[in-house]
Amino acid sequence: MTIYILRRLAYAILILLGVSFITYLLLYLIPADPARQLAGRSATPETIANIRAQLGLDLPFYQQYFQYLMNLLQGDLGRSYIQRTEVSALIGSRLSASSQLLVWGIGFELLIGISLGVLAALKRNTALDRGLMAFSFVGVSSPHFIASMLFLYLFAVHLEWFPLGGYGTTHHILLPAITLGILGSGWYSRMVRSSMIEALQQDFIRTAHSKGLTRVRVIFRHVLPNAIIPVIPMVGIDIGIFIGGLVVVESVFGWPGLGQLAWQAIQRVDIPVIVGVTMVSAVVIVLANLIADLLVPLVDPRINLEKS
Amino acid sequence: MSMTVPDSAQAGKTLLSVENLSIEFGQGQSCKRVVDDLSFNLNRSETLCIAGESGSGKSLSALAIMGLLPKMARTPSGAILFHNEELLSKSEPEMQNIRAKQIGMIFQEPMTSLNPIMRIGDQMMETLKRHRIASGDAAWQHIRSMLDAVRIPKVSERLRQYPHELSGGLRQRVMIAMAMLCSPQILIADEPTTALDVTIQAQILELIRELQKEYQTGVLMITHDMGVVAEMADNVVVMNRGVMEETAPIRTLFSNPAAAYTRQLLAAVPRLGTAPPLSERPERPPVLEVENLSVRYPMRKNSLFEPPREVHAVDHVNFVLHEGETLGLVGESGCGKSTTGRALMSMLNFEGSIKVLGKDIRGLKGSALKAIRQDIQMVFQDPFAALNPRKTIAELVGEPFLIHGRGNSEERKERVAQLLSQVGLPEADAMTRYPHQFSGGQRQRICIARALALNPKIIVADEPVSALDVSVQAQVLDLMEDLQSQYNLSYLFISHDMAVIERLCHRVAVMFGGRIVEIGSRDQVLHNPQHPYTQHLLSAVPIPALDSKRDFRALLEDSKAPDPIKPKGYQSKPSQYGEINQGHWVALEA
Repeated sequence: MTIYILRRLAYAILILLGVSFITYLLLYLIPADPARQLAGRSATPETIANIRAQLGLDLPFYQQYFQYLMNLLQGDLGRSYIQRTEVSALIGSRLSASSQLLVWGIGFELLIGISLGVLAALKRNTALDRGLMAFSFVGVSSPHFIASMLFLYLFAVHLEWFPLGGYGTTHHILLPAITLGILGSGWYSRMVRSSMIEALQQDFIRTAHSKGLTRVRVIFRHVLPNAIIPVIPMVGIDIGIFIGGLVVVESVFGWPGLGQLAWQAIQRVDIPVIVGVTMVSAVVIVLANLIADLLVPLVDPRINLEKS
Repeated sequence: MSMTVPDSAQAGKTLLSVENLSIEFGQGQSCKRVVDDLSFNLNRSETLCIAGESGSGKSLSALAIMGLLPKMARTPSGAILFHNEELLSKSEPEMQNIRAKQIGMIFQEPMTSLNPIMRIGDQMMETLKRHRIASGDAAWQHIRSMLDAVRIPKVSERLRQYPHELSGGLRQRVMIAMAMLCSPQILIADEPTTALDVTIQAQILELIRELQKEYQTGVLMITHDMGVVAEMADNVVVMNRGVMEETAPIRTLFSNPAAAYTRQLLAAVPRLGTAPPLSERPERPPVLEVENLSVRYPMRKNSLFEPPREVHAVDHVNFVLHEGETLGLVGESGCGKSTTGRALMSMLNFEGSIKVLGKDIRGLKGSALKAIRQDIQMVFQDPFAALNPRKTIAELVGEPFLIHGRGNSEERKERVAQLLSQVGLPEADAMTRYPHQFSGGQRQRICIARALALNPKIIVADEPVSALDVSVQAQVLDLMEDLQSQYNLSYLFISHDMAVIERLCHRVAVMFGGRIVEIGSRDQVLHNPQHPYTQHLLSAVPIPALDSKRDFRALLEDSKAPDPIKPKGYQSKPSQYGEINQGHWVALEA
């Protein structure tokens, strides 16, 4: 087990290196110039050149990247071009809001996805099944920015069930979390449906019935635990897609999290902030995957991580 | 007690009475009757066998009694009376109270019949809790005594284990213990031993018999195996395509079968000791020489500090296969017989030497290996899995020509048609059809045609008839024999079934723990076995005749194979053999 975790952490470092390199390279290649953004429209070429030199943007790419890596190793994520503060402090101040929304959002995703998947599997090939699958399809194909604004209008403006925006109470978190949950639940409901159908046909389900167990007990004690196994690694894979949606949803709902920070930073080409948020997201994704993979053998005793 | 004839005088003892049961699938036009007008009685302490081949409706009848028919089935007509109460009209909750408590059931496939992510103890406890038989310590005590009764060693440890940590035989014992937990009055056993080795089969049957005696259970046993019928049944129902062909006490059935189908079925069963004597065969040149063949798999390490280990699947195996000869390779699951077959096909890495037509195939790659494979081909156990379902028969049988670049499409087509008629599938449209349109026996013929395509000298057949019904088995074996005499083929015939081995083989090698323990001519090995393991194996073979019941008690002791896991680099010693008779070699005990 220890060998496995150490090996996975070693891979994680390689992944983070790769992520930082690609992010940095992409930002270097895009035609937007952060120095021009900072200096404003009326700035002279000299001022712009000065700012460039100050930020180290006149150096060749490999030197810029190397410098960034060196700082990163000392735990220094750099300073924001715009806000003139440490990126780590900016991220730190917003981490809690984002984590809350992440946990609530994934919670709703699983709750909605698994319930609908179980329901669809039990009512297989009925109108309900087809309706639920159509719903999941619409959910996963809707762009977050359109769906978020639609939900905001419908539930906050029109029906006034939830506040329009803001942060702080459970009441505030519900609408953005449910929005994320509904939009992402389709992946899970489809997967749970098919693995439930597979589990329902297994021999041991027939055995469970032959023991005289009630249908409810057979489904919740025998079918669902077996069907849920492939969902666990799915959460690890999904979290990357989820964070992508989080950026948009936070911006629409005015949620003071990392997504909103990233959104603002992208608009102003605030390179250190963009790379910083990307790195933090990458760490979250890598850790979530590791945790998901470590959870699987706890549920399925047949899986031995050292042997896989 | 063994001869309870169901009649009205003994109605008091009748536990279960099935009357005119019919089961249909589907609606309207597509409606299919799978069980038609089945009637029988089951009494206390009696064993009733429902015998029949695949598709006879025997398993569905059992599921109907449990109220567990698949959803596609319509509500059965007729009556199923349990203590004179109609089960068919009972509600689902009422049936749930009867299942396991009054009627227990065990299934064919022990490997998949237990929940893989639940501990054995918890799965058993669930039954006790459901029927409120016992709780707490008393319940655990009850579970332990039940597991003891089915002779499971190290019970405390087993309770905490998961199904995958147990062998097939142990899992089936757990299934039996679980089904008997509430001491049901009826035990339905659906092919309980089909997936198990003969020695394990004998143990399981003996356990069922012991428990039956103790609890006066009525046992309804569903089987295709007339050997099991002869051994277990008091009364027999013979089914064929949903219709009850005959119902009779066991003696009548075997001594004076009434239905033509029963006679056919009994005649088709291969019986050990009934194969015709072999004609004298002149010495022929060898086509396959195996010397010191060993196959080892590395084991994954569980921790950094663990020394590397290997599984010795095949250990110092030697044999020679002559032209036109069939050598049987027999042994129980895990003995290394299939691994040997795969090594011969160069499908895995091995040590030692394998000479095909005098040419050592070890280390051959690419075109050299491809050239050798023309001479040695393989037929697999499961004809359902061995054919790609998305290819037509013409494509499947013609594929070897394509791979080896022989002929144009016109010639290939002609040759495929020729091959299909050789294996008895001359229908013109066979070539354009897909595997699922054929029966199991026909599919195995297609596999044989494919193996024959390149005119090989040697065919490795790995349990080629084990998945087939007995009547179909006989046809495929006949076909293999015909082809052998026609083309002078040599077969390496891998099987666990002694009667089939006797029927087809000229010489027999017995494998145990990765080694050959005895090899010789068919009659030497099967009729004059010298090695204790061969004797043990032969005594476990079920015999489809009356008054030849096996001595189950002697078989309850497992013959323990040596642990195949050895430290890496461990050099095992080759077995020493003594020659008992000309060509009859027996491993000497180390």
